[in-house]
Parts: sequence; C-alpha cells; structure tokens
Amino acid sequence: MAKKLDIRRFPGFLPVTYLCLFLLYAPLIIVMIYSFNDSNSITNWGGLSLRWYVDVFWGVESEKFKTAAMNSLLIAVAAAITSTSIATMAATAMLRAGKFRGKSIGFALINLPLMVPEIVTAVALLIFFSMIGFTTGYLTILLAHIVFCIPFAYLPIAARMQSIEEVYEQAALDLYASRLDAFRLILLPLMTPGIISGFLLAFIISLDDFIITNFVKGAGIETLPTAIFGAVKQGIKPNIMAISTLLLLVSVVFVTLSYLVGRMGQNKK
Amino acid sequence: MNTFLKISVSALAMTLVTNAAQAEGKLSVYHWFEYIPQELLDKFAAEYNVEVTMDTFDSNESMLASLKAGKLGSYDVSVPGDYMVEIMASEGMLDTFEPSELSNFGNIMPQWVDVSFDKGRHSSIPYQWGTTSFSVNRDAYKGDINTTDILFNPPEELRGKINVLDSQGELLALASLHLGIPQCTADRGQLKALNALVQEAKPHWASFGSDVAKDVLVSGDAAVGMIWSGFSAKARSEGANIEYAFPKQGYVVWMDNMVLLKDAPNRDNALKFMNFLLEPENAAAVTNYAQYTAGVTGTEPFLSDDVKNSPESNPPASPVGSFVAACSQDVQKVYDTIWTNLKK
Amino acid sequence: MAGALTTSKASNNSTYAGLGNLLMLPSWLVIGFFLVLPVGMMLIYSFLTKEFRGGIIWEFSLAAYDQFFFDRGLFGDDPARIEWTYIKIFWRSIWQAGVATFFCLLIGFPTAWFIATRTGNSRSIWLFLITIPYWVNLLIRTISMKFLIRDTGPLNEFLISTGIISDPIHIINTNFAVQLGLFYSYLPFMVLPIYASVERYNFALSEAAADLYASRITTLRQIILPTVKPGIIAGCILVFVPSLGAFLAPDLLGGAKTFMIGSLIEEQFKGNAGNWPFGAAVSMILLSMVLIVLTYYARQQSKSGER
Repeated sequence: MAKKLDIRRFPGFLPVTYLCLFLLYAPLIIVMIYSFNDSNSITNWGGLSLRWYVDVFWGVESEKFKTAAMNSLLIAVAAAITSTSIATMAATAMLRAGKFRGKSIGFALINLPLMVPEIVTAVALLIFFSMIGFTTGYLTILLAHIVFCIPFAYLPIAARMQSIEEVYEQAALDLYASRLDAFRLILLPLMTPGIISGFLLAFIISLDDFIITNFVKGAGIETLPTAIFGAVKQGIKPNIMAISTLLLLVSVVFVTLSYLVGRMGQNKK
Repeated sequence: MNTFLKISVSALAMTLVTNAAQAEGKLSVYHWFEYIPQELLDKFAAEYNVEVTMDTFDSNESMLASLKAGKLGSYDVSVPGDYMVEIMASEGMLDTFEPSELSNFGNIMPQWVDVSFDKGRHSSIPYQWGTTSFSVNRDAYKGDINTTDILFNPPEELRGKINVLDSQGELLALASLHLGIPQCTADRGQLKALNALVQEAKPHWASFGSDVAKDVLVSGDAAVGMIWSGFSAKARSEGANIEYAFPKQGYVVWMDNMVLLKDAPNRDNALKFMNFLLEPENAAAVTNYAQYTAGVTGTEPFLSDDVKNSPESNPPASPVGSFVAACSQDVQKVYDTIWTNLKK
Repeated sequence: MAGALTTSKASNNSTYAGLGNLLMLPSWLVIGFFLVLPVGMMLIYSFLTKEFRGGIIWEFSLAAYDQFFFDRGLFGDDPARIEWTYIKIFWRSIWQAGVATFFCLLIGFPTAWFIATRTGNSRSIWLFLITIPYWVNLLIRTISMKFLIRDTGPLNEFLISTGIISDPIHIINTNFAVQLGLFYSYLPFMVLPIYASVERYNFALSEAAADLYASRITTLRQIILPTVKPGIIAGCILVFVPSLGAFLAPDLLGGAKTFMIGSLIEEQFKGNAGNWPFGAAVSMILLSMVLIVLTYYARQQSKSGER
C-alpha cells in the first residue's frame, strides 16, 4: 500500500489542487462578505448588516426571487437527468455498438449544441417554436436546456467509457448474461465517475444559462439568471449576493447529506 | 439521491400544473426586470380584478428581436425607449388608441404629448424619463466638467480612467453633439469626422461597460463614467464622490414609454393599466422606486425628498438634451461600420 | 500505448452491436428536432437579405458573406479589398480561448489526478467542491473576480503589504484578464472529464514502470498521458469551444474594448446592428471551422481504434 501511494503522488500536484480551489473560491468569499453589507453597493463596504437576508426572505420582491431560484434548480435537475441519460445511451452507441449507419456523423451531432453560439440557438429556437405553434413556457425552457446540456454530459461519459476495456462485458456475455444485464451490472457501475461528472457539468451549465432562457421563456417565468441580468434598470444590489450565499449554503447542505447517506449505506454493507 | 430526484421531478410537475390556472380578466406585460414596484402591480390587480403576468427583457433590442421572432401577440403592453417606439411603429408592431380612451390622458405633461417618436401619443404613454451623460469623480478632477471634452478629449489626469456605455446609439449621439453635427447625418465629411473622433478618443477609454457602469464609479476603478442619470444618483448615494455633468454641447435625453402592442390579447385591460399608470400617485410610485422622472403632472406631493432634490433629475433649463435619433437604413449601416471599426 | 490496454477482441465483436441506432435515437430526436432544424433555418437565413433592424426578407443574397470577406470602406462604395477585421476578431478569440484552455489544463490535470487518487467517498466530496462555486451565477462570480483583481483590490493590497511588489499589478482590462475570465468560467469543464478517465487508470502500470527504473516524468509521458488522453481531449473541447463564443466574462474583465466572436454575433442580434443574416453567417463560419476540426479528430480516433 505504501509503495502504491508513492507512485500515485506527484510532487506539486497537491499545491496545484489547493491553488485550483483557491482560484475557485476566492471570488465567492467576496460574494459572502458583501451579502452582509449594510449599503446598497456591491463594491463599497457600509458596515455589517443582515438587511439583505431580511429582504430575500420578507421583502416585497422576495417571492419573485424565490420562485426564480426554485425554477432554476428544478429545471437544472430535470435537464441534467434527462441529458445525462440521453448522453449515456449515445456514448454506449458510439463506443460499444460497433459500426452502424449514421455513426460517423453521430459525434458531430452530439457536439453540435456546443458549437452553435448561444445567441443563434436562442433566436433560432424562438422562431422555430413559434413556427410550429409551441407556446413558450417551462417546457420550451426545459427542452432547450436538455439540448445544450447533452455534449457537456456526453464528453466526460464517453471519455470514461473509452478507458474501460470491453473485456468485462464480453466475459459477462460469454457467461450467458443478457446484454441488458451486462450493461446494468457491469458497464454502469464502472461508468459511475463518468456519469457523475457528466451530470454535474450538465447541472451547472443549465443553472447558469441566461441567453437561451431569456428568449425561450414564457410570460411570468423567471429563472435566477434572467432575474439577475434583467436588473439593469436598478443595478446589481447586494440582495443577489445574499441569494448566492444562500444557494451555496443549500449546495453544501445537499453535499453533506449525500455524503452522510453514502457513508451509512457503506456501513450497512 | 434517488429520493431527492423523485421529489424534484414531482415538484417540477406541480409547478407546471399550478401555472396553468385560469383567471377571468388578464393582462400580460412585457417589461424590464425591476422597473415597476410589485406593490403597484398588486394594487392594479386588486382594483380591477385582473390577473397580471409579467415577462421581462434586458434591452430594447432584445425585446425587438423576441417580438420579431414570434412573441408578438402574446403580450398586451411593453416598455420600449423613445427611438424604439418609432422603430416598433414603423415595423407595425403597435396598436393605436384615441386619447379619449384614457380618462387620465390630460395628466401627461404638455411637453411629452407631441413627442417626435409618437406625435400626439396614439400608441404610447410616458413611463419614465431621464438623461444620459457622464459623471466625474471630484477627487480625481477639480476642473470644469460640463463639456463633452471630458469624454472625447480628456484632460491628462483623466486619460485611461474612463468607462463608456457599451451602447452604440448613446455613444455616437454624444459624439455627434460633441462635434456639433446633427445625429444620423448623411454628410460624408461629418461621418468621417465622427469615425475619426471615436477612433482618437478610444485610447483614452479604459473600458466599455453598461452592466457595471455604476459599480466602476463606486469602486473607483473609473474616474469618469458615461452613465444614466438614475444610476449616477445611486452611485452617489453609495458613497462615490461624483458629480453628474450637463455638458454645454448637449446631452442625451431618453424616455421609456408604455406602448399598446399590436394583437394584444387583452386590449381593454391594457388601456386600463395605462390609464392607471397616468394617475399621479401611481406614476410617483414608479419614480420613487426607479429614481428617474415621471412624465405626469401632479406627482410632486407623492415623491420622496431624495428623488425630488436629486441634481441628476433636475437638468438646467439650458442647454437642452436631445433624444437619440433612429437613423435611416443607409446611415445606420455607416454607424455599424464605425462601431465595428471601433471595436475591431 | 493506448492500444495495449484495449484488447483487440473488443472491436471485432461489440457488446451492443446492432443497437447503435436505437441507442442514438433519443439524441437524434432531441438534437435533430430542437437544434439541427432551427440551425438549418439559420443557415438559410445567412443567404437571405437582411431586413432593417432585425429579421430577414426572403430574397437570396450573398451580402452577409461579402461583408465578412470584403472591405468596401466606410460608405460601402470603395473598390473591394480583403476584409481583415473579422479575421482578426476570429484570430483573437482563438488565441484567447487557446491560452485559457492551456491554463485550465495546467491547473486542471493535477487537480483531477489528485482527486482521482483519493479514496471512495471523499472523491465525491472533492468533485462537489470543484462544482459548488458554479451554483453562483456567472455574472456575480465574474463581478467578484473583477473586485479581487482591480488595482486597489485585495490581491494587490496583499501583495503590496507583503512587500512582494511595490506598485499594484494592472490586470483589469488587459488581455490577461480576458484569459483569466475564460479560465475561471470553464475550469471544472477540464477537471471533471480528466478525473473520469484518470480514475480508471491502472496504477499497476506505474508500479511496473517504477520497477523498470522509469522516472516519474517518463512514466507520466509514456504511460499515463496516453491512457488518460480521452479525458484530456474531452476537457479541452469543453473549455475551448465554449470559450470561442463566450463574451460575458471576457467583456467584464477585459473591458469589452474589442469584439470577440461571441460579442460580434451577439451585436448582430441584440445590438443596434440588427443584421440577422450577418450574425447567422458569422455563426456558420465559426460552426464549420469547429466542425471540421472535430470531425477530423473523430476520424483519427476511429482509425486508431480499428487498428
């Protein structure tokens, strides 16, 4: 074991990891600090206060932001689940199904959402939806999000699948397992890190989308990004910082819970 | 993890269902985000028993693009800026009404009735207006600021510390005022001069930014910032030692207007809403919230002191400001080339 | 080297042979219907006449492509010369995106490696740690980053107080700030795919290499890199391609003094220009460039897979 660990470690990788975390989190520290700002400003410190948290929970506009945050989270979860499933199937087809018609353009197709500039997708989709008589609303947002999430889910999943040798599934088939079982019991468990990575990327890309959502959303529906970007007439206020901090808190709670649940599951075994 | 997913999916399904609920009277507003206080919408909904839904946009141009791409017919009213009213009218996107259909029509200030972009107000009512010029940090510069030289030929100490709005219309309008040429001029010599002016001024500018126009002044990243009047007032209240300029060469005036859209599904309620917004108390509520200025008489008693006495909201009698003009197709093409040249 | 890991048996008789089209069906349906069709429409738009202030007129025209490739002066009646403006904008975007991708790889690879070598449950914690910051909206994150690196910001104050520098480093509104913005926008998109493939790496190979007196660097270059290449390539695609069209982070940090491809296209649809055919044409040029590179890569890969 000791010998193994030595091989795994490269000098300098640990500091780089900490540097990476520092780069990711340093701006968030600013966000958290300024969520407690007593002033209307997001750059000038005006003393410590909880007024923006009060505003988020009980202010007149609070309902709007709450629904917007809820919309964003639900759409992101739904879009990430759907696109991860679609991407997993596509990766299996591309890497485990041998040759078939349409395979050669499959890769381009799946990555197309990545290549089309967002604003073009946005305008084109809106024209398309109104041409086929689709009313804009939750469904149009969800469909659009699923589409552009697919490559973000696909690439990590496919990268993972490429590094798994096919011998395991072949062995299962040799032992008369069905192909579904080979997929379910062999490939899927081995794929978990890829699928989790794909899901997480799809989730954050959906959560952050503004341009496409802004065009395909229907009357009365806001997501958090459209609410934040739309605030141009008022300027960005620290209430956004408070909402962001609360979202971070939610995510940390969620992660801790899933960690604890995961540990409990392991203990049972 | 599985339970979490199940809960979220069922919650999503529920949101989909609850939003399909029907109501009798409806009004669909296409508006800027955070440009109307929620209380005011609630008040209207209660008084007239109308269910108000609001969708939002983030710029005049993206509103136009959305409507063009297929959203026209799903909203009753929208809130475009002055030049955009003219554009939308010429695109046939606006419905018209008779002044007699609005009992409060007489509340509109006389100077805002016969405006260039909607003569006699047959499609629009004033919503809020303000000005666009620039603010200067008084710690960084003590001299005279009421000249557009500050932006286009800045004194030594301000060079490289200027943020301008990332907005072609307003920037080229101010540049035209600086040169003393008419906006949207078709004269080739004048257009060349305009091109040369912004090219020469650009090295003095640190950045183009609209979203952060206020914040760069508050943080001190920029000593001069081209800015809207209301934003400047906010920056000042957040502690920036800045002064808003009314340059002698002129400045830009803008007015947001509520327009009646073509194919409005609830035309009657739309007119009720517009009439409602022309009541001084309601117009003042918007002003207190947005910190710009209403175009309605009699708002004075309802205004908060901050807004009433704000130097940004009280331009001098002279010079007067001018609206950004909507250029003809040929001139707009040259403007676009100038803009692309500027940012290439 | 990669070939040594995948047994030759696999490619002859694939596990799910014959199911390819079925498994691809959902992707075809969703992307085909909600992206290929609309974008196909945009391709047509790029060959139509522009309507003033946005929209199109159904009349064939090459004006959009003409505008991209030929310069006819301020008033459009000079003799045509080659237009360098847009080529320069493309080159600038490619360069900035490339540098950002390089930095992402430089920081992302060791991080992914480190995470992959943790044990079971703590791995998922690390993965979440990398993605949690992205629960906060990009605009807010970028504004905070701007706050950090400004001339009088915490970074400069810290460096000055420790005596490392005496004058503030000017970062904001420079090319470096643009690259930093792109880097910061897409870092996890590099880390996660690499993690997914490193996690699979068989450390017995490193052991064997060590037994044969290979140095760490040799092991990294000769054994590890080829194995985790799919992850690295996936990560590079996920950072580079979106960076090409990005404009928010580079504009806010870089000062928006020059167009990137993303802001140029944005301007055609949302700005004063309102020139949809030109916006569509620029997008199609960008799309075909990326498509050619990716298809070439996919073909190379399937060739090496068949060997």
